[in-house]
Amino acid sequence: MGMRDMVRSATGWPVLKQLKHKDLFALGETAYSTRTKELAPRIRQADGVTKSVCPYCAVGCGQLVYTIGDKITDIEGDPDSPISEGRLCPKGAATFGLVTGSHRLHNVLYRAPHGTEWKTIPLEEAMDMIAARVKSVRDSTWEAATEDGTPLNRTMGIAHLGGATLDNEENYLIKKLFTALGAIQIENQARI
Amino acid sequence: MSPKGFFTDTTVCIGCKACEVACKQWNQLPDDGLFFTGMSLDNTIDVGASTWRHVAFVERPAPLGGQVTGMGNLSWLMMSDVCKHCKRAGCLEACPTGAIVRTEFDSVYVQPDICNGCGYCISGCPFGVIDRREEDGRAWKCTLCYDRLQDGMTPACAQACPTESIVFGELNDLQAQAEKRVEQLHSRGMTEAYLYGADAGNQPGTGGLNAFFLLVDKPEVYNLPPDPIAPAMEAGEAWRSMAAAALGMAVAAFGAVLTSRTGARP
Amino acid sequence: MAECHPVGFHWPMEAKRRGAKLIHIDPRFTRTSAVADIHVPIRAGSDIAFLGGLINYIISTDRYFPEYVVNYTNASKIVSEEFQDTEDLHGFFSGWNPDDGGYDVDSWQYEGFDVSPMPGGSGRFGAAGERKTERANERQDESLQDPRCVFQILKRHYSRYTPEMVDATCGIPEDQFLAVAKTLCDNSGRERTSAICYAVGWTQHSVGAQYIRAASIVQLLLGNIGRPGGGILALRGHASIQGSTDIPTLYNLLPGYMPMPKAGPHPDLPSYIDGNTAPTGWWSNLPKYFVSLLKAWYGVAANENNDYCYDYLPRLTGDHSHMSTVAEMADGKLKGYFVMGENPTVGSMHGALHRKGLRELDWLVVRDFAVTETADFWQDAPEIKRGEIRTQDIKTEVFFFPCAAHTEKEGSFTNTQRLLQWHHTAVQPPGDARSELHFMYHLGRRLKRLYADSADPKDRAIRDLTWDYPTEGEHDEPGAEAVLAEISGYTMTDGEALGGFLELADDGTTACGCWIYSGSYKDRVNQAARRKAGREQTWVAPEWGWAWPANRRILYNRASADPAGRPWSERKKLVWWNDDRGVWEGLDQVDFVAGRPPSYRPGAKAQGVDALSGIDPFIMQGDGKGWLYAPNGLLDGPLPTHYEPQESVVANPLYKQQCNPARMEWKRRDNPFHKAHDDPRFPFVVTTYRLTEHHTAGAMSRWVAWLAELQPEMFCEVSPELARERGLSNGGWATITTARGEIEARVLVTERLRSLRLKGRTVHQIGLPYHWGSKGLSTGDTVNELIGFVGDPNVSIQESKALTADIVAGRRSRGRRVVTSGDLVARIEEDATERDLPGARGSADASHGHKNGEATEGRTHS
Repeated sequence: MGMRDMVRSATGWPVLKQLKHKDLFALGETAYSTRTKELAPRIRQADGVTKSVCPYCAVGCGQLVYTIGDKITDIEGDPDSPISEGRLCPKGAATFGLVTGSHRLHNVLYRAPHGTEWKTIPLEEAMDMIAARVKSVRDSTWEAATEDGTPLNRTMGIAHLGGATLDNEENYLIKKLFTALGAIQIENQARI
Repeated sequence: MSPKGFFTDTTVCIGCKACEVACKQWNQLPDDGLFFTGMSLDNTIDVGASTWRHVAFVERPAPLGGQVTGMGNLSWLMMSDVCKHCKRAGCLEACPTGAIVRTEFDSVYVQPDICNGCGYCISGCPFGVIDRREEDGRAWKCTLCYDRLQDGMTPACAQACPTESIVFGELNDLQAQAEKRVEQLHSRGMTEAYLYGADAGNQPGTGGLNAFFLLVDKPEVYNLPPDPIAPAMEAGEAWRSMAAAALGMAVAAFGAVLTSRTGARP
Repeated sequence: MAECHPVGFHWPMEAKRRGAKLIHIDPRFTRTSAVADIHVPIRAGSDIAFLGGLINYIISTDRYFPEYVVNYTNASKIVSEEFQDTEDLHGFFSGWNPDDGGYDVDSWQYEGFDVSPMPGGSGRFGAAGERKTERANERQDESLQDPRCVFQILKRHYSRYTPEMVDATCGIPEDQFLAVAKTLCDNSGRERTSAICYAVGWTQHSVGAQYIRAASIVQLLLGNIGRPGGGILALRGHASIQGSTDIPTLYNLLPGYMPMPKAGPHPDLPSYIDGNTAPTGWWSNLPKYFVSLLKAWYGVAANENNDYCYDYLPRLTGDHSHMSTVAEMADGKLKGYFVMGENPTVGSMHGALHRKGLRELDWLVVRDFAVTETADFWQDAPEIKRGEIRTQDIKTEVFFFPCAAHTEKEGSFTNTQRLLQWHHTAVQPPGDARSELHFMYHLGRRLKRLYADSADPKDRAIRDLTWDYPTEGEHDEPGAEAVLAEISGYTMTDGEALGGFLELADDGTTACGCWIYSGSYKDRVNQAARRKAGREQTWVAPEWGWAWPANRRILYNRASADPAGRPWSERKKLVWWNDDRGVWEGLDQVDFVAGRPPSYRPGAKAQGVDALSGIDPFIMQGDGKGWLYAPNGLLDGPLPTHYEPQESVVANPLYKQQCNPARMEWKRRDNPFHKAHDDPRFPFVVTTYRLTEHHTAGAMSRWVAWLAELQPEMFCEVSPELARERGLSNGGWATITTARGEIEARVLVTERLRSLRLKGRTVHQIGLPYHWGSKGLSTGDTVNELIGFVGDPNVSIQESKALTADIVAGRRSRGRRVVTSGDLVARIEEDATERDLPGARGSADASHGHKNGEATEGRTHS
């Protein structure tokens, strides 16, 4: 080891750092680890930030969703929103837990009549099964008219209850399709 | 870099706990166990290794200045507690490994890669803030979002706080703002409002808190010590001179090494 | 508000910093009370008595805003001489029909002019041809002295709602009541406005709609509607619950608050149009909106010659709301049920009856993040744990679909201020999780394929349905923006995006999925996705998102200016008439007829929008006025009247009639009620509510560790007095019982709940947060097991905010039977006269025993 290396190495030695930074008690920068020195908010690495809206109540606070690839790394309040100005309540602040939590299921589950357990079935098969059941119930419960001939054009065999956390566009397709099918018992949390 | 900190105005706290969750979200902290306490709406109990913000709920058999309620002698105080980032930080002074440092923002930061879990800091904190996490043995507490501050961002709790009960900013500004707020509250009949730990004069035992509070009742009511003192303050000059002596010895030792190496040179 | 909308509560707190007064009325001392200037505890279920007291105070002390009241409300209108008030008829209005348990509303009308309510209510007139539609024949007395004018009727109706009566009914001492009344009046007028915020604590009553009506009377008298800082603000609890009524998944509505066709009165398009189009006011435009909707749904198939496919629409024959549907389900009349993002066995009343219904289905589809209590009803339910029902005996086939989160799809939410805000896709949903848009689109695509070759006339509605939405990505996700474009509207000739509802036509040249949302895709720009930072705009922030209608941020804001079109005050200015330019201008889009000067007066024969004068700010009403008195449109009276809840601890202090005579009841063996009052088995008042830390039925919070740890268990809140009386200990267990069910909860003894004194008698109230069920991280019994089926007649909302119950120390029994399989408590055959005056419920045993369908739909249209 040459003198030059010795000195360079020595300046990294805590005591010299303490002297250099007038940090006599080694309680400040001289004691920083490399990790500490390089510390940065994790969203600095984000390759995407998506404007969103809190999914809980109807105040409609703005959210920023930070992502790296197809992974959400942080969700926090959007300071641009004139409604919320970056704030979130505990539920809004927990949105990251809601959307990334291990409680979320990734498969369609099916319970057969009189069955005692769930089993996983493919999405496409489940969709086909439901379409067939809708058609079958609709056709078998169709009410064309009352006894005196007043048109009814409906089925009372199929009902729907929708949550009020769905998007307007989703509600629109729900109302449009079920009404076309003749189902009228289409209801929502908004009633409740 | 000028000192930064929190001014927590408890008179506008609504006890929503957004600060608790925003902190956990940003710092990716685990839950602290599910336990119904029966203590008002507080099921968190205290700040700890995995809960760096904690909202205290105080149901008090006394009216609040300026408030009228049909409940009679009742008011409900709420306070979001946090690490105080003391000017004289007991934890920092007790830390033998250099894991706890004073940052350029004048906040007190535990470096998790240095901390060896010795636990000296725990008894050093007069507020009982810092604590070890059972799973990894290391000491943890509020970082004042040291990482966020690097990019000029507001700490997660203060950004989330719906009512601006938690205000983050330059300490000087916060102190001025807090004093104005106390005056305003006094003029509106809430004469009990006062500042806790706003500066060294206000709280000599800690040299003042970088995270200070506006309270309306005695500190004990909020589970805050009435007269906190950093343990090192009690040791006083003795400790300081010991540290200086240790430093002196180290310099001498370094000199000796250097000399001997020089001497060994061919 | 601090409890359930903390970020919204930022603004009241900001106002408080600037000197505003916060008043909180709530049975409990909540997180809102903690920071309020005035908190007044009230007996749950007595709010109309309290609001009526305010109305009486405002009138009797001359604190109303005279110019506003005379010009902008219907205070001066003369009412039909056939009208009789509850003061004359022991709690009934004129028109009560004991045979069908409902009102004939004709006697409530104005003299000389039959004003129209919202569409859907218009069938409540006599025969259509008899309607008096010329405003020139309205009679009024601007001195407000005529004994038959609305103002005098109002004054008389509320004359007994004195501070003493408020005390006796609500348990609010006179000094507290007067403090509220005085503060409210002091902060209303030209220079100041006051806002009233409410949530389901006001709506979930058997007289819920009238609670809101009572608040609207207070605000109209004080001149607080249509003005900045004023209003009656519904604090809604779900991200797009406002959107769910605008674009309704509600049985009685089509998009934009147009009614679903009713079988009898609306057999064809002309009868529907005639029955629902208001002769005067903005709803005279209904044909344009309705035909444009049919064009959006049936496209080229809809034309003038086939009534624009009106025949494709299914028809109503009564009440088909949620409770009626579940009752029919329990009777085995339904086959299939879709539940999307909702957890009714927890979130809706009478969980046991819900599960009974689910057991009778052929199939159930549930879409959510995780398996909810509703999805798992066949293996995880109280009656299964007790061994009364066996899983293998349940025939229902159940599908659970994992749903996409809001971060995994795009679309718009409509928030509580009618603001559409777009959320963009950040990441793809995991595994087979999909959006509801995906589910509905692909279900529709499959059904169109299944019916493609059908020649059956009933299947034309599906075959002709427009369903061509572009898809993208590996999941074939339909484009939400394309759906928004259809909702917003386009021209049939070239598909150009419409600028707004003023461009809609009734000749089939325009298509529009929801007229009030028309313009949300103006210029082919997604207006809901606009995000100009708030700090770069005025406080109105018109370039953040898009508000219906026409991006107007404050409804009826013409009332923010005086009759001459000048702001009432500089402090409270919003929009004003610019006489030089001949336009309304201001900080907000004016909610008025464009270019109509304040001086405009309709001609004698004027109809439609032309019948609105320059001083008629309430353009959706047929007479353009704010209704202190509702001459039409409500089923239970033109004026809010205090009725006790279905189950109360006291007899009605104001009237002989105990409950809302027009309420909806389901008289079923499995839906027993307590005695109307003083039921010895159930001596306490129960009210239900939410906590900050959880969300509604819990599917979005009980599974999230950061929230679950904050409120880890179901609990009940009781006062120290009640705890002493019943031996309840803090942190211990209690069992709460009604005739429908029983639940256990941890006990939180708190001074924040206090017994009330009513006429020298002590009334205890029990507080129950309702978020829990058996699943997730934070679990507990479900409060709604306790609540029966009884509801408001106007909107079919259940009464869950005030009922009676018993509470005892200790955990609930594990072996007792629930009400659906046997009585839980000894049945008391109640004497009907205790709840209703003789004759009030003449035909209440029809069909299921609920009289709603017969009373509201069948009678009034016959």
